[in-house]
Amino acid sequence: MMSSATQVRDSVSDSAVSNGDVLLHADGISKVFDSGTFKKVYTNALDPVTLSIPHSPPTITAVAGESGSGKTTLARTILGLVEPTTGHVIYNGRDISKMNRHEYAQFRREVQVIFQDPFESYNPFYKVDHVLRTPIRRYKLASSKSEIDGMVEDALRTVGLRPEETLGRHPHQLSGGQRQRVMVARAVMLNPKIIVADEPVSMVDASLRATILETLRAMNENLGISILYITHDLTTAYQLAENIVILYKGRVAEAGAVQNVINEPSHPYTQMLVDSIPQPDPDLQWGAQSPETGSDDAVSDGCNFYDRCTARMDQCTESPPPLYQTSTHRLSRCYLYQDAPTYEGNDLHGIFEIKSD
Amino acid sequence: MTASDTAQTPLKVEDLKVYYYTRRGPVKAVDGVSFELARGERLGLVGESGSGKSTIALALMMAHKRPARIEGGNILLNGSDLRQDSEEQIRRRRLSEIAMVPQGALNSLNPVMRIRDQIVDGLKDHGVRMSDGQFNDRVSELLISVGLSPDVASKYPHELSGGMKQRIAIAIAISMKPSVIIADEPTSALDVVVQRQVVQTLRDVQEQIGAAAIMIGHDMGLMAQFASRIGIMYGGKIAEIGPSASIFKDPKHPYTKLLISSLPDTRSKRRLESIPGLPPSLLMPPPGCVFHPRCPQAMEICARDIPLNRELSPDRFASCHLYQDEDVESV
Repeated sequence: MMSSATQVRDSVSDSAVSNGDVLLHADGISKVFDSGTFKKVYTNALDPVTLSIPHSPPTITAVAGESGSGKTTLARTILGLVEPTTGHVIYNGRDISKMNRHEYAQFRREVQVIFQDPFESYNPFYKVDHVLRTPIRRYKLASSKSEIDGMVEDALRTVGLRPEETLGRHPHQLSGGQRQRVMVARAVMLNPKIIVADEPVSMVDASLRATILETLRAMNENLGISILYITHDLTTAYQLAENIVILYKGRVAEAGAVQNVINEPSHPYTQMLVDSIPQPDPDLQWGAQSPETGSDDAVSDGCNFYDRCTARMDQCTESPPPLYQTSTHRLSRCYLYQDAPTYEGNDLHGIFEIKSD
Repeated sequence: MTASDTAQTPLKVEDLKVYYYTRRGPVKAVDGVSFELARGERLGLVGESGSGKSTIALALMMAHKRPARIEGGNILLNGSDLRQDSEEQIRRRRLSEIAMVPQGALNSLNPVMRIRDQIVDGLKDHGVRMSDGQFNDRVSELLISVGLSPDVASKYPHELSGGMKQRIAIAIAISMKPSVIIADEPTSALDVVVQRQVVQTLRDVQEQIGAAAIMIGHDMGLMAQFASRIGIMYGGKIAEIGPSASIFKDPKHPYTKLLISSLPDTRSKRRLESIPGLPPSLLMPPPGCVFHPRCPQAMEICARDIPLNRELSPDRFASCHLYQDEDVESV
């Protein structure tokens, strides 16, 4: 059963979250990309999504989907790297597109990002030290050289790296796991409130993956940093996150408490994803029947999963289903659940299960 | 090896050593690897980056390039050692006896050639002579066997999704009905649903043509789904090899134990365990057992002597000092 604290939070509605409790509020953000010189082609990368991250308690939310699901677009929009086609990103009550330089600098410092392989975009001639010292100088976090060195060393120790084995080295001299931890260290040094981690372990070997994920978890538990974990991997999402948002072709297919969503998926798409996880157990074999990859009978007006769906109905071709609230901590965008109430709250955070602290 | 042994053992690798010659000295990427592959068997070779798994794949195809050199050992393909063959003989044996599904089919297909022509090219190159109509039939048949529509034949690679391209690569690999298929991380850039389709396709066609297959990768989950036998690689050597089910249920080598306990699953939430320390330098591998600096069960002998590969029980082999003195029966 839920605690009473959780019940109170359940009832938090959209309006309530737009006040002082909310640290970051992605308000109906969507993104349409256009391409083509003579004939414009529009791609709905992301349909409107509303998602809040509260001041406290710190949360870990996974955004999962395949390539083309819109998960990276969502992350980049929240980071202010992509301008939303509709909607706003509100940070500390201020629209990030209307912030002055000082406010924007603070936003960029408090909302940090960790990319898949950050060193691809780093100059390989610079040493690790440079990566860590630059932000301290840029944000004037320390004045003297010894103070800077102290900060760098502390940050490395926080993520389980030994400064003497890490500093003075070039990126290629570190393992993938070490490089990624350097990036976590860099993010942590800035004392952020939110870390957006975009596939942080997909290029890291299995034996080191756990270290990175546990480092992120420790940042959340010990330093009170909220984590937005963007991934295609449901297994690590299950282990790390409290709540999960499943995106399919730019739309939220399902959202809710991670244990509900992964262990008892409701949306046919989530079911397909979960069934395809290669379980590390020879006794848990995939079914003999491979899932559908999509066919020519995609519908333009209805549900965007129609062409691959095993539970499709005529109704699904008419209009896209809304998000139904199938239980306290679950939303599902599927007509199979049309007896459940449609979700009026809009903000996905409203149905999340929040750990009581 | 007798003729009937050869028919049952399409591939036998004996003490294979592949070194990369660098200015700082030889990097022992593969350092004394032996295994056999039975007809129709699916072997998974699992390892992290730098374990030597991809180097093995290249060496088995004799496609390794400088500075890599095969330093020793034999690769007995259908009973005859690939290392004794001329360039021309090797070229003819590729595709017809041993074929590879590469890591990124996206890069292995020719972007300006229709799929049909790419499949036919390989056949013609290996001396297959047929009428155009017969070639078309063969292409359709191959496409259907990998779950694609025969219409795909007239398309160019850019018109296909990543999963479709990877299935084309499988179709090409099986076009000459080889006795051994090697797949090097065949699904590394694919989404989970597509990954499942590609791996299931590979398994289906491998069973159809009765080939043995080696899948190389780092994902223990995929291995559990695909392989009937699993070899765990570490630091250029096979730490442990045996039937999949018994490797997962009863790992013997401490590295395998740690690897399996570090795997996240979706059954229960727990703290994730990782393996302390870092993979070894293959330029200057640690003395004794390559895993000893990270091994929680390391003993004095481990830093001194290289453990021998021992058969612990029928078809279960491990290289670990924990089992060196034990009687085979007692393990």
